[in-house]
Amino acid sequence: MTKVDILQGTLDMLILKTIGHESMHGFAIALRIRQITDEVIQIGEGSLYPALYRMEQKGWIKAEWGVTENNRRAKYYKLTKAGRKQLEGEVASYARLTDAIAKVLQAA
Amino acid sequence: MEDEMRFHLEMQIEQNLGAGMSPEEARQAARRQFGNQTWLKEVSREMWSLRFIETLIQDLRYGARTLMKNPGFAVVAALTLALGIGANTAIFSVVECVLLKPLPYPQPEQLVTVNRSSPKFEYASIPYPNFRDWQKENRSFSAIAISRGFGFSLIGAGEAERVNGQFISADFFSALGVKPLLGRTFAPGEDEIGAAPVILISESLWLRKFGSAPDAPGKGLTLDDKSYTIVGVIPSSFKFFPNADVYAPIGQWNNPSLQLRSAGLGIQGIGRLKPGVTIEQAQSDMDRVARDLAAAYPDTNKGTGVKIAPLKERMVGGIRPTLLILLGAVGFVLLIACVNVSNLLLARSTARKREFAIRAALGAGQWRLLRQSLTESTLLSLAGGGLGFLVASWGTKAALAAMPDTLPRAGEVGVDGRVLLFTMAISLGAGILSGLAPALKTSERLLSETLKEGARASRAGRIRAQGVFVAVEMALALVLLIGAGLMIRSLNTLWNVDPGFRPDNALNFGLNLPPSMRTASPEAIRAALRELSDRLNSTPGVRAASFSWGAVPLLFDNEDLFWIDGQPKPSSQSEMNMAHQYIVDPRYLTAMGIPLKQGRFFTPQDDERSSRVVVIDEVLARKYFGAEDPIGKRIRQDGDENPWQIVGVVGHINQYGLDSDDTATIRAQLYFPLRAMPDNMMPRLAAGVDVMARVDGVGPGVFDSIRRVVQSHNSQNVIFRPQTMEEVIAGTLAVRRFSMTLLNAFAVAALLLASVGLYGVISYLVGQRTHELGVRIALGAGRRDVLRLVVNHGMKMALGGVALGILAALGLTRLLTEMLYGVSATDPATFTVIALSLVAVALAACFVPAWRATKVDPLVALRHE
Repeated sequence: MTKVDILQGTLDMLILKTIGHESMHGFAIALRIRQITDEVIQIGEGSLYPALYRMEQKGWIKAEWGVTENNRRAKYYKLTKAGRKQLEGEVASYARLTDAIAKVLQAA
Repeated sequence: MEDEMRFHLEMQIEQNLGAGMSPEEARQAARRQFGNQTWLKEVSREMWSLRFIETLIQDLRYGARTLMKNPGFAVVAALTLALGIGANTAIFSVVECVLLKPLPYPQPEQLVTVNRSSPKFEYASIPYPNFRDWQKENRSFSAIAISRGFGFSLIGAGEAERVNGQFISADFFSALGVKPLLGRTFAPGEDEIGAAPVILISESLWLRKFGSAPDAPGKGLTLDDKSYTIVGVIPSSFKFFPNADVYAPIGQWNNPSLQLRSAGLGIQGIGRLKPGVTIEQAQSDMDRVARDLAAAYPDTNKGTGVKIAPLKERMVGGIRPTLLILLGAVGFVLLIACVNVSNLLLARSTARKREFAIRAALGAGQWRLLRQSLTESTLLSLAGGGLGFLVASWGTKAALAAMPDTLPRAGEVGVDGRVLLFTMAISLGAGILSGLAPALKTSERLLSETLKEGARASRAGRIRAQGVFVAVEMALALVLLIGAGLMIRSLNTLWNVDPGFRPDNALNFGLNLPPSMRTASPEAIRAALRELSDRLNSTPGVRAASFSWGAVPLLFDNEDLFWIDGQPKPSSQSEMNMAHQYIVDPRYLTAMGIPLKQGRFFTPQDDERSSRVVVIDEVLARKYFGAEDPIGKRIRQDGDENPWQIVGVVGHINQYGLDSDDTATIRAQLYFPLRAMPDNMMPRLAAGVDVMARVDGVGPGVFDSIRRVVQSHNSQNVIFRPQTMEEVIAGTLAVRRFSMTLLNAFAVAALLLASVGLYGVISYLVGQRTHELGVRIALGAGRRDVLRLVVNHGMKMALGGVALGILAALGLTRLLTEMLYGVSATDPATFTVIALSLVAVALAACFVPAWRATKVDPLVALRHE
C-alpha cells in the first residue's frame, strides 16, 4: 500500500463527499474511497477517526449507532446542513486551487 | 470508541478472509493495518471523555497564568471587585440576620406579641389583672407571658450598683423555649404576688459576681433591699433583652398600682400560639376574652381590646425599608465596580489580539475563547470576593459593636451559610458580568480576522461600548450621591428642630434613695428629698437642678388621664383625655430651659399642704380652652378626689422624637409639683426619681462632683445613667445617622470608582487616538483644539450619564421618603448642586489625560500605530 499525503482539509472534503448521499460507518468510508480511487488514496485509521471526531465536534457530521447487515453494532456518520455548506465551500475552493495550479503548469 | 475500533478491526479481518488469507494471517494483517491501537485510543479519548472539565481546568490554569503576567492590572481589578462584593456581603449579612433569619427560638413562627389595644393606641401596655384573666380565659395560646423592664439597686460589697433587669411572668422563658445554662427557670406560681423571692441571673452577671461558680443556684442576691434566691443562670446567647442582668418574677414588683386594672405600667406581652392555630384565630379568640372583660369591668375595660402581631415582624418590621434601601444602594456600588473592571478588561483585550488570533487559527472555537475570557474575569471576581468576604465578616461585627442600639437583633448579626452562598453567587455574577462585554468584543473581532478594516470597525464599536459603560457608571453614582445629599439635608434640618427646651448643657440622671428609705415615713422622705435638692442646687457647676418623676422628654413616657372640671366626668377611661405627666420641682423650667408663656411656674411654697396647682403647656391650652384664658380653670385627674388649679402655661416640649412629635397621638402636657405629691406617693419617689440639671459644662468632672454631693448626704444613695439631653436627642437620630453614614460611604465610593473609570477610559482613548491626534497637530491643530477634542468626547459621555442619572434619581428617590425630613425626594436644589458637582468632577477627570494629549509629539504620534 502506498500512503499518499493529503492535506487535512482535503481529507475532510473527501469524507464529507463520501457520506453526502448516505450515512456510513468509518470502515465503509475508508473502503469506498479506496475503491473509487483504485487504491490510490488509502486512509489509515489513524487519520480517519481523528478526522471524523474533529468534524463531529465542528458540527459538520452527526454520528448515530446503528446495526450493519451482519447484525453488528457500528457508528454511522451522516452529513449535517452545516457540513453540506462546508463541503460546497471546500469543493469550490479546491476547484479554484486546481485551476490556478493548472494555469501555472501550462504557462511553463 | 473502543467498540467502533473493534468493529472496524473485525470487518478488516473478514475482508482479509474474503481475500483468501488464513484466519491467522487475516488477523495479523488486520492488526498491522490498524496501526498503534493505544495511540488511537488516546487520540480518540482526548476528543471524548470529560472534555468539559478538562477544558475548564485548562482555562483556569491559563487564566491564572495570564493574570499573573500582569499583576498590577489583576490586583487593581480584584481590589475593585473586593470593594463592591465586600460591601454587599456586609449589608446582606445584616439583612439576612435581622430580616430573613427566623428568630432563634424553637418554632419561631408560633411566637407573637400580645398587647392591650385602646382606641388611641394599637399596642398599649397590659394591666396585670387583665394579664391573669387572659391566661385563664384564652383557648389559642400554649403560653402568654409578660415582661417589664426595671432597674434594681444591687447593694453588696462596695458601692451600690445599678443593675438592669426585667420583671417576668413564670413561663416567660419556657414560652420562648429558652433553656437555662445552669439551674432552672421559674416554676408555675413563683410569679404570684406574695411568693418567695427567687431570681434568674444572666451569664455575664454570673461571671462578674460569682466567677461562674457552678454552685451559684441557691446563693442569695440583694436587690432593692430584698434578698432573692438564685435559681438559675440564663445563657448570654439569649439576646431578647440585650442589657438585662437579672430576671425577677413579676409578683415581686412592689408597685402599689400592680393590682389595678386601670394601670398599664409599661408591661409588654408575648405569646406562643398552640400548634396549628393561626394569628387570625387567636385574634378573634382574644377579642372574645376582651369583650368578656369589658362587660365584667366596664369602667376600666370598656373600649379595650387585644392586639396580636407576629413577634419577628414587631421586632424588625420598622427597620426593613431602611435596610432594603441600603441593599439596593450597595448593589449600585457593585455594578459600578463591575463596569470599571469591564472597562479595564476591554482596554487590555486590544493588547492581546494577536494572542487570540493565533489561538483561533489553532482551532479554538468562538465559544471556547468566550469561555476563556469569562474564566479570567471570574477568577478575578472570586479572588476579590474572597477578600471582600473576609473584610466584611470582620468589619460588620466591629461596626455594629460601635452602634449597639441602632438595629434590632444586632447581637445576632454574623456570617452564616446563606451569606457565604450569597457572596459566592454575586462573585460569580460579577465575574461573568464584568467579563461579558470584553469577551463578546473579542470574539467579534475574531470574525473579522484582525484585518486592517476589521480592526478599525471593531475599535469604534469598543469605544462606543466603553462610552456607554462610563455613562452608566456616572448615572449610578449620581443616584447614590443625590440620595446621600438628601439624607444629609434631612439630618441637618432635624438637628435644627427646636425641641422646646435647651438640650445643651442639660444633664439627666437617675437617683435612688437607699432601700431603707422606701419604708420610711413620708415626712422623712420629703425631708431627704428637700435636703438633696438643696445640696444639688448649691453644687459648684450646677446652675439649677430639679427632681422629676413621670415623663422625661425622649426617654420615658407617663400618661395621665384627666378631664376639665365643670364638664361631666367621662363614663370610662378610654373616653378621658390623655396628657403627658411631668411631676417636677420649681427649678425644672430653668434646668430644662423651657419658656414660661403665661402665669407662673411652681414655687417652694407649692407643697402638700397648700392648694393644688398645676401648669399646662400651650398645646393643652389651645386644645381644651381655645382662645379662653386657662389660668384659674381646673382639671380633674382620674382616681383623684380634688381638682387641680391651672396657674401657668409653658411652651410645648417634644416628648417624642424631633420628627415624630407633630403627629403623636398625645401632645398635651401637664406639670405637677413634686412637693405636692401625697404621702402614698413618697415611697415611689424614694424608689427612684430622675434629676434634670443645667450645668456649666458637661465634662466628666461635673457628674463626679454631683455623685460626691449625693453620696455625702447618704452613702447608700445611688445615682446612675448620666446622659446629656444632647446625647439623648442624638440617640433618637441614631438610625437615620447610621443610614446616612452608609449612604455617604457608598456615594463616595461610587463617585471615586466612576471618576477613576472615566479617567481610565479617556486615557485609553487618548492612547488609541495618538496617531490621529498626531496627524491633527501636524496639520496645524493648536493645543486648545486638541484639548477641546478630548474633553468634548469625555464630557459627552459624562453628560449623557448625568442626564440618565437624573432621570433614574427622579424615579428612585421616592423610596427614601420615609427617612427624609424637611426636604422632598425630588428637591431641585439638591439635584442641581449634585449634578453640577458631578459634571465638575468629570471635567477634572477628563482634563488630565486631555492635557497629556496636548503634549504629544506629532512625529512620535505619526509613527505610532
